[in-house]
Amino acid sequence: MTNVSMTVNGKAVSGEVEGRTLLSDFLRENLHLTGTHVGCDTSQCGACTVHVAGKMVKSCTMLALEADGGDVSTIEGMANEDGSLGVIQAAFQEHHGLQCGFCTPGMVMAASALLAENSSPSEAEIRHHLDGNICRCTGYHNIVKSIQAAASALS
Amino acid sequence: MPKDNGIGASSKRREDVRFLTGKGKYTDDINIYGQTYAYFVRSQVAHGTIKGIDSTAAEAMPGVVKVFTGADFEGIGGIPCGWQVTDRNGEVMQEPAHPVLAQGKVRHVGDPIAVVVAESLQEARDAAEAVDVDIDELPAVVDMKAALAAGSTKVHDDLTSNLCYDWTLGGEKADVDAAFENAHHVTTLDLVNNRLVANPMEPRVAIGKYDAADEDYTLYTTSQNPHVIRLLMGAFVLGIPEHKLRVVAPDVGGGFGTKIFHYAEEAFCTFAAKAVGRPVKWTADRSEAFISDAHGRDHVTKIELALDENGMFVALRTDTMANMGAYLSTFAPSVPTWLHGTLMAGTYKTPHVSVNVRAVFTNTVPVDAYRGAGRPEATYQLERVIDKAAREIGIDPITIRRQNFIKADEFPYATPVAVEYDTGDYDATMNKLIEIADIAGFAGRKAESEAKGKRRGLGINCYIEACGIAPSNLVGQLGARAGLYESATVRVTATGSIAVMTGSHSHGQGHETTFPQVVADMLGIDESMIDIVHGDTSKVPMGMGTYGSRSLAVGGSAIVKATEKIIAKAKKIAAHLLEAGEADIELADGQFTVAGTDKSVAWGDVTLAAYVPHNYPLEDIEPGLEETAFYDPNNFTYPAGAYACEVEVDEATGKVTVERFAAADDFGNVINPMIVEGQVHGGIGQGIGQALLEHAVYDSDGQLLSGSYMDYAMPRASDVPSYVVDHSCQTPCTHNPLGVKGCGEAGAIGSPPAVVNAVVDALADLGVTHIDMPLSPNRVWSAIQAAK
Ligand code: FES
Ligand code: FES
Repeated sequence: MTNVSMTVNGKAVSGEVEGRTLLSDFLRENLHLTGTHVGCDTSQCGACTVHVAGKMVKSCTMLALEADGGDVSTIEGMANEDGSLGVIQAAFQEHHGLQCGFCTPGMVMAASALLAENSSPSEAEIRHHLDGNICRCTGYHNIVKSIQAAASALS
Repeated sequence: MPKDNGIGASSKRREDVRFLTGKGKYTDDINIYGQTYAYFVRSQVAHGTIKGIDSTAAEAMPGVVKVFTGADFEGIGGIPCGWQVTDRNGEVMQEPAHPVLAQGKVRHVGDPIAVVVAESLQEARDAAEAVDVDIDELPAVVDMKAALAAGSTKVHDDLTSNLCYDWTLGGEKADVDAAFENAHHVTTLDLVNNRLVANPMEPRVAIGKYDAADEDYTLYTTSQNPHVIRLLMGAFVLGIPEHKLRVVAPDVGGGFGTKIFHYAEEAFCTFAAKAVGRPVKWTADRSEAFISDAHGRDHVTKIELALDENGMFVALRTDTMANMGAYLSTFAPSVPTWLHGTLMAGTYKTPHVSVNVRAVFTNTVPVDAYRGAGRPEATYQLERVIDKAAREIGIDPITIRRQNFIKADEFPYATPVAVEYDTGDYDATMNKLIEIADIAGFAGRKAESEAKGKRRGLGINCYIEACGIAPSNLVGQLGARAGLYESATVRVTATGSIAVMTGSHSHGQGHETTFPQVVADMLGIDESMIDIVHGDTSKVPMGMGTYGSRSLAVGGSAIVKATEKIIAKAKKIAAHLLEAGEADIELADGQFTVAGTDKSVAWGDVTLAAYVPHNYPLEDIEPGLEETAFYDPNNFTYPAGAYACEVEVDEATGKVTVERFAAADDFGNVINPMIVEGQVHGGIGQGIGQALLEHAVYDSDGQLLSGSYMDYAMPRASDVPSYVVDHSCQTPCTHNPLGVKGCGEAGAIGSPPAVVNAVVDALADLGVTHIDMPLSPNRVWSAIQAAK
């Protein structure tokens, strides 16, 4: 077991992990941040998407030790300070961009990474950007719409 | 003007807030103090005899609590099947035993052999590698035709063959055969409905817990129907009285059918919790889900359509082999029979229809209901053969369908395959489709595609489905071992707020939003005063759960009935408070008024009086305001619609792109249009997945080749277009109080034939007449080369 420390959603955290512990497991099991989901074991589904140093990362693809000293954001850190939904979250609710909600944390984190880099993505750019995030419920139609709406709300 | 509250309003989903902030509570998010972790040792071969299991080394490894094998389950019930089909000769189907852990033999890759329970998941997984299983491999039975051949290896030694049943439905064979003989034209098509894996994004999880003080059990599980699990597991597997067993299905991350069934892992965790005296948690890996979740579809069919000289359908004959896999999953026998054969008439007036289905055991994962369950298989073969016939005799695909439609004034309509459609208007949905799909503009778009060097095709499809499952007395006669009613309790508090307990289960459908809309509308109060409670057998009366697009049609109707009882009692109380006759009391906008006067009391005054009965007619009615109702439908509901797909095909590579997709559905009345549209979008996405991408492929040794997301192609955002959907054609269901038909499966039923018809249309002038799903570039390219 090794000690890791990092900042998660602006708070300093630490914990004991094995060398093989994934960042996703560290978030879920050690920190009880269960909003980050695990939907596969081949790094394909994106349900586990978080930001590390502002970049979108599949947390099942990174060891907890690799994030030592890093700055991590998860879905739990996406709401406004007063607890109300952030712009992207609100757009997903307004446009019915989620059904079962299992892919949703990953979708919101992916959308926020996209909009940070490209403030007015085209439909094709949004769809291309989501290639690493699988949703089985929505057929993607309303996820795309939600991200388009979030883009206009943010600009 | 769109409403902002109650029935017909696109109310925003209240469940979204927790899902969007990471506060959803899915089963894997639950951790119980003192829990242990289970890891399953599964068969790596498709068929074999277990010579021995040596777990000594595993038991000595760090953290291991206990290793379980089949021996621990001797004398304990197997996983039951919930439906017994009777075959064409009046014999009941062959029904093999389905042990929780393998007894002597393994019958598919993934069949559970042993389980390590340890202090941590890592320790359980490490020790599982040390369990030594000695298996004598036997030849695997994979192909259905080979499985039925004389002398084939048997999946189950104690059955007479690999045939589960040989079932038939429809007209007398002689009449059907005569109609074929006298027909002007016969179109024949051999096709495969590809095997799929449902793949809800949340893998299955089970946590068992035993309380030695109260001698009761709790199972947390990813289920669409916790009461069904309580009944099946309590009564048939573990022998636990139902009142000693609580089953909780909290937030569930999608189901699509595969979370209906009772699985061995649920029984294991519940059983093991008592055996080790600690809670036991199991979470499936995705790779494990591929070899342990029931699969879907997997039919091989020959279909023949007979037509007269005007292109009118005179007879239809189909012959299907349906894969059951190695064991009978909970509802597996009903899928190719009563959920498939009964829909073979489609939306058409074909006078003679005959359906034959042989269900076959193979050394593969069990196959059961997947979104649509039987109805997509029926629609696909029917709508493909109609398209082929239209091309052969030179009639436009819209015209041939329209001229054979059951007309709006011909309902109720009894089909030759045992069901009676209550209402519909297929011309209306077709007209709507022509408008929203801009069929008139297709020729122009085709020319544009051709200018880019691409082929463009248009595919039309009409579907009908039987939903609102189902009348209990009818399904009982057809072999169901359960009733298919739904329950609701409406519990009004003293201050007027309401908890509605429903036996339906929401795993993405938005019940927490839609159901309050119904109650709010009936009482004239705000939706925010009403909350839905579901998914916990300790809180909700016995209910049958969510599948077969039944939640609103059956569960919603139970809520209506319970609310009607609430209104009747509340009116009595109001009459007393207003010193008026009960018959004169009217309820509107949350106020009880004496008709024709301005005397009224508010909803909250009445609810307070019910619980603080100082001034109350105690001699006539009891205090309190809580009512329960059970609703059992007297027919299925029949949603129907018309779909259009436009594709571009790259002739050089065989790559298909879906350019446009439009859906005109008739779901009867609609409670929340936003949610209905979302359901259709999701179904279309899955249907495009089936048509172009998804395929669970076994090799001849019974190894699943597409066993992860590396190989099983899930539809992604760039594989699908935006969709145009419409549900403005509404012929309300005639036999449930809401007039609703259900919308959950339509998209997945209506879209695969539309996609395939479009691709064949694009390639028809090259001579391509059919390509089996999934229409991968390789298959499309090969079909083009073969036709050249
Ligand atoms: S869980 Fe990380 S990509 Fe699927
Ligand atoms: S909302 Fe269920 S997987 Fe996306």
